[in-house]
Amino acid sequence: MEMEKKLATLLEKAKQEISEAKDLKEIENLRIKYLGKKGEVTSLLKGMKDLSPKERPVIGKKANEVRDALTVILSEVKGKREKEKLEKQLAEETIDVTLPGKSITTGQPHVMTQIIEEIEDLFLGMGYQIIEGTEVETDYYNFERVNLPQNHPARDMQDTFYITSELLLRTHTSPVQARILEKHDFTKGPLKMISPGKVYRRDTDDATHSHQFHQIEGLVIDENITMADLKGTLELLAQKMFGKEREIRLRPSYFPFTEPSVEVDVSCFKCAGKGCRVCKQTGWIEILGAGMTHPHVLEMSGIDSNKYGGFAFGMGPDRIAMLKYGVNDIRNFYLNDQRFLEQFKRKG
Amino acid sequence: MRVSVKWLSEYLDLSGIKPVDLADQITLTGIEVDDVSLPAVTLEKVVVGEVLTAEKMPDSDHLKATMVEVGEEEPVSIVCGAPNVKVGQKVIVALPGVKLPNGLKIKKSKLRGVKSNGMICSLQELGFSDSVVPKKAEEGIYILPEDAKIGHSVLPYIGLDDAYIELDITPNRADALSMRGVGYEVGAILSQKPSFPEVTVTEDKEDKVENYISVSVEDEKDAPVYKMRVIKNLKVNESPMWLQRKLMNVGIRPIDTVVDVTNYIMLEYGQPLHAFDYDALESKRIDVRRAHKNESLVTLDDQTRKLNQDNLVITNGGVPVALAGVMGGLNTHVTEDTQTVALEAALFESSVIRKTAQSLNLRSESSSRFEKGLNTATIEEALDHAAQLIADLGSGQVVSGVAKVEAIQPKDKKVTLAIDKINQALGTELVMDEVVQLMDRLGFETETSTLTLTVTVPPRRWDIAIEADIIEEVARMYGYNRLPSTLPKSESIPGELTPKQRRIRETQRFMEGAGLSQTISYALTTNEKAKAFSRHEGEPVSLDWPMSEEHQALRMSLLSGLLDNVQYNVARQRKSVSFYEIGRVFHADSNKKRPDELTHLAGAMTGSRIEANWQENEQNVDFYTAKGILEEWFILMGIEEEISYAPTSAYEAFHPGRTAEIIWKNNVVGLVGQLHPLLAEERDLKETYLFEIDVDALLDVEKDTLIHVPTPKYPGTSRDIAFVVDEAVLNDSILSVMKQNGGKALKTIKLFDLYQGQNIEDNKKSMAYNLVYQNPEATLKEEEVTKDFEMLKTALVETFHAEIR
Repeated sequence: MEMEKKLATLLEKAKQEISEAKDLKEIENLRIKYLGKKGEVTSLLKGMKDLSPKERPVIGKKANEVRDALTVILSEVKGKREKEKLEKQLAEETIDVTLPGKSITTGQPHVMTQIIEEIEDLFLGMGYQIIEGTEVETDYYNFERVNLPQNHPARDMQDTFYITSELLLRTHTSPVQARILEKHDFTKGPLKMISPGKVYRRDTDDATHSHQFHQIEGLVIDENITMADLKGTLELLAQKMFGKEREIRLRPSYFPFTEPSVEVDVSCFKCAGKGCRVCKQTGWIEILGAGMTHPHVLEMSGIDSNKYGGFAFGMGPDRIAMLKYGVNDIRNFYLNDQRFLEQFKRKG
Repeated sequence: MRVSVKWLSEYLDLSGIKPVDLADQITLTGIEVDDVSLPAVTLEKVVVGEVLTAEKMPDSDHLKATMVEVGEEEPVSIVCGAPNVKVGQKVIVALPGVKLPNGLKIKKSKLRGVKSNGMICSLQELGFSDSVVPKKAEEGIYILPEDAKIGHSVLPYIGLDDAYIELDITPNRADALSMRGVGYEVGAILSQKPSFPEVTVTEDKEDKVENYISVSVEDEKDAPVYKMRVIKNLKVNESPMWLQRKLMNVGIRPIDTVVDVTNYIMLEYGQPLHAFDYDALESKRIDVRRAHKNESLVTLDDQTRKLNQDNLVITNGGVPVALAGVMGGLNTHVTEDTQTVALEAALFESSVIRKTAQSLNLRSESSSRFEKGLNTATIEEALDHAAQLIADLGSGQVVSGVAKVEAIQPKDKKVTLAIDKINQALGTELVMDEVVQLMDRLGFETETSTLTLTVTVPPRRWDIAIEADIIEEVARMYGYNRLPSTLPKSESIPGELTPKQRRIRETQRFMEGAGLSQTISYALTTNEKAKAFSRHEGEPVSLDWPMSEEHQALRMSLLSGLLDNVQYNVARQRKSVSFYEIGRVFHADSNKKRPDELTHLAGAMTGSRIEANWQENEQNVDFYTAKGILEEWFILMGIEEEISYAPTSAYEAFHPGRTAEIIWKNNVVGLVGQLHPLLAEERDLKETYLFEIDVDALLDVEKDTLIHVPTPKYPGTSRDIAFVVDEAVLNDSILSVMKQNGGKALKTIKLFDLYQGQNIEDNKKSMAYNLVYQNPEATLKEEEVTKDFEMLKTALVETFHAEIR
């Protein structure tokens, strides 16, 4: 049974060596050493021919057992070493995930653009078109066509930059009303539009006045439009801009191109109507002017005011931005200080 | 318009209504309230005192030691510095503990060894402004009437026990520029009918106005109503306390009985009046006419006014004695020596008054009322009331009769409309009775049929003429906040952005993604800045009458404003700034009435594109940063194939070697380049790159629908080519030769290396391109590619003498 002993010794030795193998290469060398064509198990088996026929199958079986055992151990240890190697590699690859990321520089839209687009999107959703007018207007469209004839006392309400006696920088977006009313074909459906843009007033710039600012005009003309429709529309607008819980309040006012005319207040979003500094203790903040389109305005555009009627409204995105974000100097919007502009990168 | 609640309660029962609540109701039904000032409760310990003694203090040139009886156990000792304090006067005394509106707290004290246990006050010290205090009391303490009760609160004497409501009256509601008008308005709110005291004039039957004056009007359109009364045997003096108090508290300075009465009547009726010193007229005639050219008048304020045909004047039949409705003449104004007054009440054409007031810059309470219109029904009543008051206060007599021209008679207006029309306009379901009640509150009579009502509007509401006016009255009386809330029930058409609007939004988002922040600059700028950077020749559009040099001309380019923004930020420690702006520029066109108004897109970038950090080195912006942004944007807009760049040195503000014109369809549509280094230095900027594009044309084009091209199924082949050419050869020229000679299968050409320096001759450059060949229908054969590639090489050699490497 010398052979058997030898096999057992070989197995023990090989087991020992394989388990101590440090890396995959060593494991491969050991495989060749023991199980290769010229390996120790093979060469040991070569001595089988000297064995008796009785012994041969026994030893043969034993030798196969040794070979199988070694194969298993080799693959086990190989798996283990592979895993160790991967773990080592991953450990080496570890980085400080708290280091800063590579910067991507992006700019941001001006806060005024954000406010205007928000309002545009609300009205687009309700089927309005966006119509833009020109910033240089004629006296005729800026004033007369919105029911403000020469020498009308209400012209005092707006100080104007004139270019010539006939040409001026528009003082409001309202001339767009007259221009679209002339063009609109009512057989193709109602007129529903908003018109955002820059307007100009002869004002000295200070914290609350700017010679250039923005307005958004709205106009709906159709058969059967009521003041209740105006109220409902403005309620939606106020809630969109200042929060779902907002209420609005209409106060009588005067604009030459609407009648009735109203100023619209929104319940204060800072104090919810209890009274604070923002709403000057009244609980209400004035946000826009509106009214039912004056029949003269329609008639001047050749529209039958007995058949058609509607409403108009106008608001100042500058003022809305000031209220919404607590900006207390309108000049900030036109100074373009990065430190100011960047604050509005975050939406909402 | 400042409304005294006490005065208002002469017409209406306001008991039990808090002034603040009243103000709220006024705001919600018709007229915006600017402010409510409540009775001055903090001044309760300000009392009537009588000066018993007033001794000059030996060591002072103006102080007096006084003893003043204030109804306490003993008279109080007060040191007083007022020059007009005298024994026997009734004065205003603030006792210790009072805090005056100017913040001064009255305490017991000693001045130069004399006890001073209170203060004798001027009106200014109680909060009245200098401009309303009677001239006599301007420099000292205010003297109360002799019958003022010692020890009683002084507040009722000077009107500080009253509340005042400041109304902000819109131009259409000039009817509320009078106490009676406000009376009607508040009456409507409270459902009360205001009552006004009846006016009766006691005339001297023996003496007729014809003995004094006759009036005529040249053009009745200018002055449809002109009336005059004469009051004689007058003694003009200071007005009584009640009148002074009413005027001062609503912001008018008391002068004398005549002027005060005209102001008082104007406040009560909204009817401006003018009083002439009859004797100074030196004529028995008044003629109202347009001024002649070169005529002039010295007005009350001692200014000589040059007049013209636009001005309406009151003449004595010869020369002007007053600017109608605007200001009286200096020579005929009432003085303390006046004995006979000719008192005018008229209706002047509003536009004439407006023009005169505007051109002479003379706006007054009177002119603004004429401009906005007045109640034609109370012209004579106001005149009568004023005449009687002047006579009463100056112990004179009103001469019998009124001299007048009266081309129009006050008339009620009737407006008829259907109840359906009201409900249709407001979205309400009002029934006839409700509407009638609302009109009744306004004092408007109504006649109704089943479906329509006719409203009779009195002359006091001259703003109402058409259906819409009545609907407005119904709405505000009913309450806007009781209206239902609905949305228009019209046919639903989807709203959408126009292609141009959509492309502008996409452009904005793209620029922001590319690292540029949006700015909005002023369109009005200096003349010089308006022109700078513009590709357009000529002068900017300028304002007729600018407010300042800073804002006098309309920009012709966006770049000046953008650079100002960049400079502003760089000056505040911002090393890197990238901005874009999209907005209008204005180009004058002498052939057109209006300037061209074009939408431009511009960008300005300075500093680094990537700032140095722990991983990367700093990368500064350069020409190719700006160009790269534009190239990608042209792809987004779908016009990259149609764009080319041409080097230019034609623009002074740009670097002559680093600027390109952007060409689209054979037109220059923009510029991209470096700000001229000298200009950059002026602004303290490092290398700064700019672009500006006229986007109107680019964004307005109709685009073909995008058709998907199948992803290629067959593999492509690539070749690299490197060669040396003259430095001056442009990349664009090489590309066009390659495209023309590269064969059908050449799909993309990419420059991957550009080298000058060692191993390359001076004035030469080495360029290396990667070429990709592809046939969408089949696998390319190697020999086909080689053949095409060789052709391309030959073309390069022939055209540019390229030395293939």
